[in-house]
Amino acid sequence: MYHKEKSIQIKNSASALYNNLCVLRIAPRRLTYFTVVHANVVNMVSASWDGLNYSHRQLQSKEPNVATSPSLIMQAAFCVLPSRDLLVVTSQKGIQIYESDGSIMVYWHALDTPETPTAQAVFARGIAAVWENYICVGLSSCGILVFDVPSKGSNITLSEVLEEHKEPITDLAQECSGSQDCIADLVSADDSGTLCVWKSGEEFQLLNKIGGFDMSCSSVKLWKGTAVAGYGTGQIRLYEAVTGILHAEVNAHARWIYSLDIAPFSGLLLSAAEDSFVRVWHLTVTPESNTVEVAHLHNECVTDTQICGAKFCDGDGYAFAVTGYDLNEIIRYTQT
Amino acid sequence: MSSRTLPLLFINLGGEMLYILDQRLRAQNIPADKAKKVMNDIITTMFNKKFLEELFKPQELYSKKALRTVFDRLAHASIMRLNQASMDKLYDLMTMAFKYQVLLCPRPRDLLLVSFNHMDAIKEFVKDTACILAQVDETYRQLIEMYAPLASGEFQLIRQTLLIFFQDMHIRVSVGRTILPTYFSATGSPNWAQTCKTFQHTHTPKTENMIQGYLVSWLSDQRRTFPHRYSVCRPVETHMSGTSKRSAQHTKVNLVPNPLAKEELNLLAKLMRGLEVPKAGNADSGFRVNLFATDEEEEEALLSRPDELSYGFINIQATKDQTANAELAKIMGEFSESRESPDLSTNASSKGDDLLAMMDGL
Repeated sequence: MYHKEKSIQIKNSASALYNNLCVLRIAPRRLTYFTVVHANVVNMVSASWDGLNYSHRQLQSKEPNVATSPSLIMQAAFCVLPSRDLLVVTSQKGIQIYESDGSIMVYWHALDTPETPTAQAVFARGIAAVWENYICVGLSSCGILVFDVPSKGSNITLSEVLEEHKEPITDLAQECSGSQDCIADLVSADDSGTLCVWKSGEEFQLLNKIGGFDMSCSSVKLWKGTAVAGYGTGQIRLYEAVTGILHAEVNAHARWIYSLDIAPFSGLLLSAAEDSFVRVWHLTVTPESNTVEVAHLHNECVTDTQICGAKFCDGDGYAFAVTGYDLNEIIRYTQT
Repeated sequence: MSSRTLPLLFINLGGEMLYILDQRLRAQNIPADKAKKVMNDIITTMFNKKFLEELFKPQELYSKKALRTVFDRLAHASIMRLNQASMDKLYDLMTMAFKYQVLLCPRPRDLLLVSFNHMDAIKEFVKDTACILAQVDETYRQLIEMYAPLASGEFQLIRQTLLIFFQDMHIRVSVGRTILPTYFSATGSPNWAQTCKTFQHTHTPKTENMIQGYLVSWLSDQRRTFPHRYSVCRPVETHMSGTSKRSAQHTKVNLVPNPLAKEELNLLAKLMRGLEVPKAGNADSGFRVNLFATDEEEEEALLSRPDELSYGFINIQATKDQTANAELAKIMGEFSESRESPDLSTNASSKGDDLLAMMDGL
């Protein structure tokens, strides 16, 4: 179904972090941006669609003052809003927001870091662009920051902090089907596997909370009102977000899932885990009969590699890209 | 990231170091009483109460350089001496073995089992010495107290922190008959049928097998997952694989050193003063251990070690040596160097005083 394409070499290897690959397709310029995190650096590659031009850029984590050691970056993700695209980078010290090409930093939010380290780690992790003008970022202190983003300029403000989770946030996901009918806009996941479902607005409203059985949910997606969650056990569960009804449970991987992605136009689901496998599934959501069907379509094995990021490169799922721990390349696959 | 990583890193690397030293002491036919003294001295230093108290405090990981310094001092906390090539090789073996174990843990919580594995072996080395045994037991207790209550997500964070520390370290090591490749097969866990359960509207689950069963051979006994059989007869070889330029360009995570690392070194230095250190020239008590089969091999390894794999470390000598002091001061100066602070001359002289004083005292 898919065959391997030429890989893109990156300057540093990928770190073992959840959801460690992000892709932004810029159709007007026939370019695709990729971001991969390595320790305290974000490697950005801009690849032309004809495969002839690659340009690289590196972003460092920002330090509040030079005397402290550089902080590790937890995640980098593109946030696509109707008016603008931004790149959000979260680290142990704070949240940096850049223009999507990484050229200018437009906003910096510092986390409350205690003077002496505490047993509880401090970092931000989980990034999602929600509805028209919100960017949400999760925290190790269990809250979710909601930033209000103007259509241009750097006047980004912290709108509210959502306090519902009891464990560090692992991932956030916005509804990606583009449908106006969906009630839920955002789903958040934490280290206990709890999922919270939200409706956005001036004040975000909690619609539902789905329990987690104390197994960390490392990656979550929201599509057509269905929350798709990947867990440390290698299981993927599909819930109807607003009601919490469990639609399906897939024993998808032998080890911890690190990344999920959905191609919204085709309903393809991509899952990647420490067990070196990337799997492609097909989801069919039928609201009339309230059913969700999952079909397994394809596997790729990246030998001897713990995969840490996997993303579709387009909305149909025609191509996808993969990163692995200690690998200096972004591996690409395209449909045959 | 996780501020609870350092104890696991230190104890596991220390355990690996002791396995290797034990093997080499036997391979070189060092008399049993001397070998035992070496092991006891190192373990006593490793599990010193004050040292461990500091270690178990929540903190970020040390830089690679700082940690290498700690282990270099530890390896020399006895009458045994190691040349630079041997110390480099020892450190390569220790780090790659532990990296391998971290990668292969089926679940992040198994890191704790790996640590207990090492602790068991250490206990075995000192089983005849009651006071050291008590220290080791106390450490067991502290490990259990700190790590047993942690959830799997927290262990995964610890594991991710360790993997960032070991990132881009690819050195081929061969242990006895097993070659550990630079990339390790990551597939493993008990047989896990690929099933999908869908819950229809009537709530009757329907299960179907989706993917033909695959792979997985995993050692059944989790506790003894990584048996260490460094065979006495066969020398341990290290092959420097030609690490490509890219993989060698590992980003220095801690460009500005952790001030605690310096404190840690000072504490270690204070501990050294309490230990019996033989006068130079007394051939009876001191001896040199070689991690290679012959002295020639050791020298060759030192000469042929690729630059990018060099730890940039010096051979600390027991004699008063101006060059060594200056180099040590330079290293301590490097520890306090920040990317952006230009003038270090005043800083360097005030830091690392305790260590320098210790060097002078030897």
